[in-house]
Amino acid sequence: MISALWYSARVRAWAAQIALLAGLGLFLWMIVGNTVENLTARGIRTGFDYLWRPARFPISESIIRYDASDSFLWAYVAGLANTLWLSLLSIVFATILGLFVCLARLSHHPVLSYMTGVYVTVLRNVPLIVQLLFWYAIATSVFPAPRAALNPLPGLFLSIRGVYAPALIVEPGGWFFLIASAALFIVALAVGLWSARRARSFGAPILLAALAFWAATNVVLYVALGRPLKLEMPELNGLNFSGGTNLSPEFAAIIIGLTIYTSAFIGEIIRGGIEAIDKGQWEGARALGLSERVVMFKVILPQALRIIVPPMTSQYLSTVKNTTLAVAVGYPELGLVVNTVINQTGQAIESILIMLCVFLSISLSVSLFMNWYNARVALVVR
Amino acid sequence: MSEQTATYGFMEPQSPPKTARKPFFKLLFGDLLSATLSAVTVLLLLALIPAFNWAVLDAHWTVRSPSDCQSGGACWAFIGAKARLILFGLYPPSEQWRAVLVILLIVGMILVSLSPKLWNARLLAVWGVAVGAMLILMGGGVAGLPPVPTSKWGGLPVTLMLAVLSLGLAFPLAVLLALGRRGRLPIPRAVSIFTIELVRGLPLVGLLFVAAILLPLLLPPGWTIDKLGRTLAALTIFAAAYLAEVIRGGLQGLDEGQIEAAEALGIPYWKMIWHIVLPQAIQNVIPPLTNTAIVMVKNTSLVLIVGVFDMLSAARSATTDPAWPAPSTEAYLFVASIYFVICFGIAIYSRYLERGVAARTHG
Repeated sequence: MISALWYSARVRAWAAQIALLAGLGLFLWMIVGNTVENLTARGIRTGFDYLWRPARFPISESIIRYDASDSFLWAYVAGLANTLWLSLLSIVFATILGLFVCLARLSHHPVLSYMTGVYVTVLRNVPLIVQLLFWYAIATSVFPAPRAALNPLPGLFLSIRGVYAPALIVEPGGWFFLIASAALFIVALAVGLWSARRARSFGAPILLAALAFWAATNVVLYVALGRPLKLEMPELNGLNFSGGTNLSPEFAAIIIGLTIYTSAFIGEIIRGGIEAIDKGQWEGARALGLSERVVMFKVILPQALRIIVPPMTSQYLSTVKNTTLAVAVGYPELGLVVNTVINQTGQAIESILIMLCVFLSISLSVSLFMNWYNARVALVVR
Repeated sequence: MSEQTATYGFMEPQSPPKTARKPFFKLLFGDLLSATLSAVTVLLLLALIPAFNWAVLDAHWTVRSPSDCQSGGACWAFIGAKARLILFGLYPPSEQWRAVLVILLIVGMILVSLSPKLWNARLLAVWGVAVGAMLILMGGGVAGLPPVPTSKWGGLPVTLMLAVLSLGLAFPLAVLLALGRRGRLPIPRAVSIFTIELVRGLPLVGLLFVAAILLPLLLPPGWTIDKLGRTLAALTIFAAAYLAEVIRGGLQGLDEGQIEAAEALGIPYWKMIWHIVLPQAIQNVIPPLTNTAIVMVKNTSLVLIVGVFDMLSAARSATTDPAWPAPSTEAYLFVASIYFVICFGIAIYSRYLERGVAARTHG
């Protein structure tokens, strides 16, 4: 009887599992015990009530309004806003640049494609943090003084005090214009897509007509409201610039570094997706007499997207996580704010928990979206 | 209709048409598109001229005093003057031969392990001995070697040891996590999924904060692990989660029949894993495994954020010497080139391994 139990695979499996569970429980219990003991020994109070106390430390730049009299909670929110702002900008720029990288790599031009290959290889094999520090060193030591600022594009100035770009000035009526324009765009896109789906062969012209209608209404509205948006160019006044928007050297270094680093990965992901499509698909579509544009947009891209989207999402996700490296150059994103709060209050457990929860919820929501998308585009096998 | 089919049937298999090699000029300027691309390329190359001037033509290779570096170009003399600090950190100069020996030992062991023919249990044991020897060499305190505390360790040996140790320690952990996630038992599966998804959802900086700030609070009072050990723990857990997902991919690609056959033969579970499952599963995922290795080598540089003195931190502290005018760019380029050599080396090795696998499976 006993030996039957001893040699039964099921009993053994359950015994092992219960032992594992008990071990983990004991481990957690010990950790909690240790922590409580350590905290009382060091006189650290735990709890989240510090969140409502004034933070009393400055954040050097923030895209939402923050000053030192705001609460710790608001300091975290400001840090998170900076993190999301950095992520959004670098993802958009890196995707555009990555597309060019991919096109240059796939072009049959020998020199251009080789150069892009070198670009991708070098960027992918050097740690991001080294690249960020490198760009920061460039932005703070190689860029010239404002008077001799580099001017690569009209209205864009690179100087040792940071990057100056044109600012969008919203005058009275400007917000109304922006909201109305966005609403009209959604309506035009929805109507355009809906009718394009109804009339298949005329799909593209209908969509274009809807967008042209949107553009025309925009012009009319813009003039009717008395030109409520203006671009303000930065101008050199004496020793510094006035007007325009000023990006700090830290911000500029991170945006440049993250964009360039990520573009190398994105370029390779897109190239991988397009090259993975069987040559027969190109040949078959051409043999049917489809135009090159239709081959690309109706045959190749829909299949390539199915391959591209999953690695692309995880690349976007790691870009969000990579923004935490901004700590190294001192840009106040969430990680740096958390670090400052720990130094100021000693509330290490709470601060780190908040940081972990924020990133976990971002990661989990993106992977939920991914699963939904994958289920949607997955090949339906009949 | 039938006639047509017949014609197809009689078609001889043709050799692929010869692709004519275009003359070089025509390739570059033959049509509008390639001419435009050539113009773009020329513009890009022109934009690189100032960088080339800075790095080569105007550069200072040797200087009598740091202030000679004031003007224009790159100051490579700075690298010469600071190479010792960047490569070895604050390690006592009189004991530097030990750090050099550690680097040589790691590089030598890696070179020895390159050939897949030598992968066996004995090599694993040799690695164990080598790692022990490295720790003794760096730390000292035995056999007449003066002790060097880990706070004095720094530079390239720290970077290499963090990379090798975190990957080496993470691998068995990753195998367990992957097996747990793929297995039929609910509790190990839940534990594995929870661990993997938790770690993968976090930025490494967050984990390093946990290791540097939180870990001392979680350990029993009186226990102390020094900072290097704690960051190594964070890197190990991070690597384990990513490696586990790669290995899981390999396990998924394994033919179900292999396991069924082993079970039918009555081979015990762990023997089956060691001799049948793992060798095949890992062979299937060599490219992503080496990719993870590259990622981990790059990730060791993040320990700078929690104040561990690796090669990057050493370079950063070298640039703060006020005697030299603004040499940061050169220092980071130097460090970047060392990382590049290591990571690109792994990438090339990965291609070599893939060719080997392809030859064995198709040839």
